Amino acid sequence: MEPSGDLANLPLLPRDDDGPVFLEPWHAQAFAAVVGLIRAGRVTQAEWSERLGAVLREAEARGEVDTGRRYYDHWLTALERLAIDKKLTGRDDLAAEKATIRENDHHRREDQLGHGHDH
Amino acid sequence: MEREPKNVSRRDFLSTGSLAASGAIAGGSGREARAQDAEDGAQSDYALRTRALVAVLTRKNLVDPATMDAVVDFYENRVGPHVGARLVARSWLDADFRRRLLDDAREVARAEGVTGFQGTDLVAVANTPEVHNLVVCTLCSCYPWPLLGLPPAWYKDTAYRARAVRDPRGVLREFGLELDDGVEVRVWDSTAEIRYLVIPERPPGTDGLSEDALAALVTRDSMVGAEGLAAP
Repeated sequence: MEPSGDLANLPLLPRDDDGPVFLEPWHAQAFAAVVGLIRAGRVTQAEWSERLGAVLREAEARGEVDTGRRYYDHWLTALERLAIDKKLTGRDDLAAEKATIRENDHHRREDQLGHGHDH
Repeated sequence: MEREPKNVSRRDFLSTGSLAASGAIAGGSGREARAQDAEDGAQSDYALRTRALVAVLTRKNLVDPATMDAVVDFYENRVGPHVGARLVARSWLDADFRRRLLDDAREVARAEGVTGFQGTDLVAVANTPEVHNLVVCTLCSCYPWPLLGLPPAWYKDTAYRARAVRDPRGVLREFGLELDDGVEVRVWDSTAEIRYLVIPERPPGTDGLSEDALAALVTRDSMVGAEGLAAP
């Protein structure tokens, strides 16, 4: 069974006969994060639909016509805003986490390239 | 000798192995620097933002990691490398199919019911005794996901992204593939607009095998050009 439930029926969601389609792995992860938050009762389906719709309308108002191509860009923006508004996380938390991930990636890269880490 | 797909511009055709191996490829270090810069750019920033958000939510127990995994796995399995492997196997059995795949892979994939290439082109390149193809995304991790599933970790790594261009033979050697000096190495740089599928050479000793049996021999890495296929 498809594990996404009602979410897969959102208008404009890139999909085929079997369900949502993703162009990049992060699309699937962002999609799964929303499924997870709804399953855990942290946000409701209605809250999510409303928030995503608002971000898509903003894009449209900016004159963006191809909503399908950038759908998950907007999906992620909506998810970040909703999570912050509901105090599930904060801008500072997210910024710190990004910095940590970058730093870890950098160290791993240095290790793999066999260079010393000198800064 | 395979002809080159008609819809590939020179810009996409990065290097031959001999040039890259001698370090003569123009702008080699510049490309690396550009790749570095781009990590701060919009392309990979979305992926980074997603990773950060998922990490925070998971750590705070706001989402169940098992739910996340189940959803991602579901789609990963739906689009896993078996989809690409089937196309490769058929190309070994059916010369007309192979010709169409090399001519317009995106259209063939569409006709086969593969979705997910909206807005991106798909190009198939065939390995032959004379030419070995290797796929990279120097800027981030563009990948023919609908055919091959999630990219392996090494594909996203900066070391691979830089070295695949600079020293493809060295990279292939580390992957366990030693190419004869006479084999030309072609490196293909994926972008948001264009993705590549490598059709590996059919392994020896596979005469008479069915499409299913052949597809089972085709590995993910071979369709990126990172390995050859041995006899079963």
